Amino acid sequence: MLDKLNQIEKEALESLQSVADAAALEAWRVANLGRSSPLMSVFSGLGKLSKEEKPVVGQAANQVKVKLEAEFESQAQAVKSAALAKSLAEEKLDVTLPGRAKFVGRLHPSTQQLRRVLSILAEMGFQVYTSREVETDEYNFQLLNFPPDHPARDMQDTFFIKTDVETDNPLLMRTHTSPGQIHAMRQFVATNPSDPPPIRIALPGMCFRYEQITARSEVQFNQVEGLAVGKNITFADLKGTIADFVRRMFGEGARLRFRASYFPFTEPSAEVDVECFVCGGKGCAVCKNSGWLEILGCGMVHPNVLTAGGYDPKIYSGFAWGMGPERQLMLRNKINDIRYFWGNDARFLEQF
Amino acid sequence: MKIPISWLKDFIDLDGLSVEDIARKLTLAGMEVDEILYVGLPMPIYKDGEKHEFKTNGIGWDREKIVVAEVREVKPHPNADKLTLLDLYDGEKDQVVLTGAPNIFHLKGAGKLDQPLKVAYAKEGATLYDGHADGQVLMTLKRAKIRGVDSYSMVCSEKELGITEESDGIILLDDDAPTGMPLADYMGDAVLDISILPNMGRVANVVGVARELAALLGRELKAQSPEAAAQPATLNLQPVNELVEIEITNPELNPRFTFGLIRDVEIKASPYEIQRRLKLAGMRPISNIVDATNYAMLELGQPLHAFDYDVLSARAGGKKIKITTRAAKDGEKISTLDGAERTLTASNVLVGDAQGALALAGVMGGLESEVTDQTKNILLEGAAWNFINVRKTARQHNLPSEASFRFSRGVHPALADQGVKLGLRYIAEWANGKIAAGFVDEYPLKPKDAVVRISTRDVKRSLGIDLTLEQISEALARLEFKCEIVEDELQVTAPNHRLDIGEGVVGVADVLEEIARSYGYDNIPTSSLADALPPQLGNPVHEWEEHLRDLLVALGFQEIVSYRMTSVEKESRVVRCDDYVQLANPIAPEKSVLRRSLAASVLDALEKNVRNGESFSFFEIGPVFVPRKNELPDEPRKLALVMSGLREATAWDAKDSAQLDFFDMKGRLELLLSGLRLTNISYAASDSSHYLHPGKCAEIKIGEKIIGAFGELHPLVKEKYELSEAPVLAAEFDLATLRALNPTYGITPVSEFPPVYEDIAVVVDETVPAEKVEALIRQTGGRSVANVRLFDLYRDEKIGAGKKSLAYNLTYQAEKTLTDSDAAAIRNKIVKRLEKELGAKLRS
Repeated sequence: MLDKLNQIEKEALESLQSVADAAALEAWRVANLGRSSPLMSVFSGLGKLSKEEKPVVGQAANQVKVKLEAEFESQAQAVKSAALAKSLAEEKLDVTLPGRAKFVGRLHPSTQQLRRVLSILAEMGFQVYTSREVETDEYNFQLLNFPPDHPARDMQDTFFIKTDVETDNPLLMRTHTSPGQIHAMRQFVATNPSDPPPIRIALPGMCFRYEQITARSEVQFNQVEGLAVGKNITFADLKGTIADFVRRMFGEGARLRFRASYFPFTEPSAEVDVECFVCGGKGCAVCKNSGWLEILGCGMVHPNVLTAGGYDPKIYSGFAWGMGPERQLMLRNKINDIRYFWGNDARFLEQF
Repeated sequence: MKIPISWLKDFIDLDGLSVEDIARKLTLAGMEVDEILYVGLPMPIYKDGEKHEFKTNGIGWDREKIVVAEVREVKPHPNADKLTLLDLYDGEKDQVVLTGAPNIFHLKGAGKLDQPLKVAYAKEGATLYDGHADGQVLMTLKRAKIRGVDSYSMVCSEKELGITEESDGIILLDDDAPTGMPLADYMGDAVLDISILPNMGRVANVVGVARELAALLGRELKAQSPEAAAQPATLNLQPVNELVEIEITNPELNPRFTFGLIRDVEIKASPYEIQRRLKLAGMRPISNIVDATNYAMLELGQPLHAFDYDVLSARAGGKKIKITTRAAKDGEKISTLDGAERTLTASNVLVGDAQGALALAGVMGGLESEVTDQTKNILLEGAAWNFINVRKTARQHNLPSEASFRFSRGVHPALADQGVKLGLRYIAEWANGKIAAGFVDEYPLKPKDAVVRISTRDVKRSLGIDLTLEQISEALARLEFKCEIVEDELQVTAPNHRLDIGEGVVGVADVLEEIARSYGYDNIPTSSLADALPPQLGNPVHEWEEHLRDLLVALGFQEIVSYRMTSVEKESRVVRCDDYVQLANPIAPEKSVLRRSLAASVLDALEKNVRNGESFSFFEIGPVFVPRKNELPDEPRKLALVMSGLREATAWDAKDSAQLDFFDMKGRLELLLSGLRLTNISYAASDSSHYLHPGKCAEIKIGEKIIGAFGELHPLVKEKYELSEAPVLAAEFDLATLRALNPTYGITPVSEFPPVYEDIAVVVDETVPAEKVEALIRQTGGRSVANVRLFDLYRDEKIGAGKKSLAYNLTYQAEKTLTDSDAAAIRNKIVKRLEKELGAKLRS
């Protein structure tokens, strides 16, 4: 009987060798471990054996069963692994095929840049203030200390609006967002005429200049101005605020310099250059080999402008600065043609 | 303004400073140097990685290889008629130099010259611009044989040395040029191109820049050239004030007018050094007289005008000349120096005599009394004009001139006589003129001295720095302000070359700027705002618009931004309107009005892109402009959307996609409105839009309020665009209307009990709107019906003509686990209601 068990074991293990898939595995299990398998018939025949033989054969049969079950498990694992390996191999993709596209939406690059600028300003306490795009000469120029026919007006060639009657206060397309300074000051003064509140606002918006449309000049462009007015605001604060802003906008370590300049609505006035972030100041086409990029104009609010806004220049002082988001984008992204911005060509817009 | 360094050095010692040092000082103090042009002085060599500071251009002259030389004889070339051979001495050796220069050709074969010609001589190996190339191309002088004669060096033209961009012939230096001296030492130069700010007209001249530089460097401004005295030869003749008188009719427009007279001038070319400086400063040398007026103007800033005295005398019939400055008569004519006849208006100011107009004041002289080759005696004018009037006149006649550039920025009347005297001196020097005795000077309106009182507190309050009155005084004194300490304040008087210092608080600001510039912006510290933080109000409108933008981007729309300016023709494709805000000075016909329709903007953008892609979804947010009588135009802000093309992006294994249609747009809008938390939305067919398809257009309502419309572009409108076959969907909203709605901020609680899903299909008449069926289902189901989704619309003969089948996917939900019979009860209730109210039949 023990020989027979040996034989059963030997044959079963031999046939297990050639089992290669799940079906054959099941067939082997039925044939070798199933109810009608030779091994099971040994168990079922145990009753017929003598009292002495019974435990010996029973133990031996059990050992064979354990052995076959273990071998079966291990073969089953092997078969499964082989099958997985095969199917994994078969499922292999050409990962270099292109991905499936999806039409997606995007913000216009100017909006993206405006948001960058405005979010920095918001954190610095400057809240957004918007005002109209068609203005009067009074708000766009006169109240901002540009007297009629003053040479400073040459700095801002203007689109005028046709009206039925000629007047000394013609309508025009605002040439800067600065009329908003007057609107804002007057609005704030109205809230408490005896002690007007301090102001910290950011004025974003579209501005217009009478210029030929070329790669370098456009008839419309966005501007963002910052305005701070209060009883305790100095040029040193202006420098500090600009330095903070520039650090946030152009990165830690962006060197900057203040150059004396002229704007009718500020005095003292300055232009701010930041070290060219394209070449690091070594000179390149973007900075025209100068190493510096002109990025904003600023100054202490002119007493006439404070007065026009209803703030007494003997008590209040303030500063303002202005910059162009499109210009910043052009510098940052090496855009060589300003006409892209309002050209609405999706092939340009998709790159932002 | 182009300023040669050599000229600056006439007025200030610049030893120990590089050209870049000078340019940096000026730039930081408000005289921005746009470019440095090297014309002989050594160019800076930037090592790798070294930082640039200025845009630079030009050429440095090798001191060894380019020198002053003298030509002793001009000989014919043995084999070439048009060439000559020069016997030349370069200070060390005799040389034979070949040239084709036309301006010495007439000396060919004239033998040894009595007076040797001084020339700029370049030796073998010198680097120069190629005189024959177009533009400025560098080349190095190499040995060659030209028509059988050895050539290894050359005499240079201005083009070759980079003095001018084009030139004709070689440079003939002044006779006192020292033979053998390196040319760079003799006349090497660099030109600073300085932007003149509108309030700094005072630096539009060499002395002005030198004065600023002296203040910035703490160096002396060298004394200006002393004025020349009247020549003895003229002392017996009548002095000029007996020959000429001046009448100023409006001192506001003409505060001062001066005349000097110089006799017996010899008209010829100016000395070469003068011509060179004029050229570097951007002016063309004409003759010694014209050059003297220009040179004096560039140097001092006072524009001058030279009249031919004898012409004026003849016009006066030999009597005393009476010059009047007055407003022109409307329609009065004058021929200006540029040869054009100009018709004047009453706002123009002119210089005239009894016979009529002689010059357009401050802008340009007249042709008749201009200096010619025959002129013998010159009446030299220096005047002061109202800067606003000059600016207007120059613009009106489109006559920008060097004079009007200066006058329109303000020239202090104190300069008038100084300018004339300087001009007379140069004419005397360069044209051997004899200055006449006397001087005519009408000065009816002296500008008030600008006097400002400033305190240390003012400086602290505005600039944030603590300076003593002495320090303030020192900073201002460097700019020639007179300062006097009065009690605890400084009384400051502006120097008499400045018109830009005002009075009162404005004057204080003007002076503070000068203190800051003199102290140096760089030296002012930085500080953080310490002032009270204003009340935080935010900007809800702006924030809401930004949220709207985010929603639209999430829905797959690309934001665009269009020109506000457009044309009626372009807009007329979608808008029926002839009332536009019109530009008085449009830049182009296609940008002559302000847009009234944002739909027109997005459709233009679609048209522009349609050939470059397979699907486009654009939106724009911005104002349109509605004219109002006697008021500023209204600027309502709008949102417009456009979609056209494929619904899905195609791929290598997904080649087909349906076209976007009405329901794609509707679906986006539904999501948009729900994103804005709006409810109670309904859609109604509309044929009221001019540009949308009457059968594929809907109005959107919130309650009874119409908040916008959308649909497919009308086929006839589409024809007016160059678009593809694909349907074009457009939508437009008024943002104020949309924003004014009260959105809900609550949410529907999410149930923890499992929902039951069920599909039902009902057949209704074609005329029954789908919206009504859905509304009735929701109404009947009440809270038990969590969602109703139409998943099929079906028409078939089996259903019957004029009928349609609507299949809905219903989601039942309750605050318990619904049983089958619960679901059946809800369904039955719904079906019954649909049958009763809409004649619907349940499809099995």
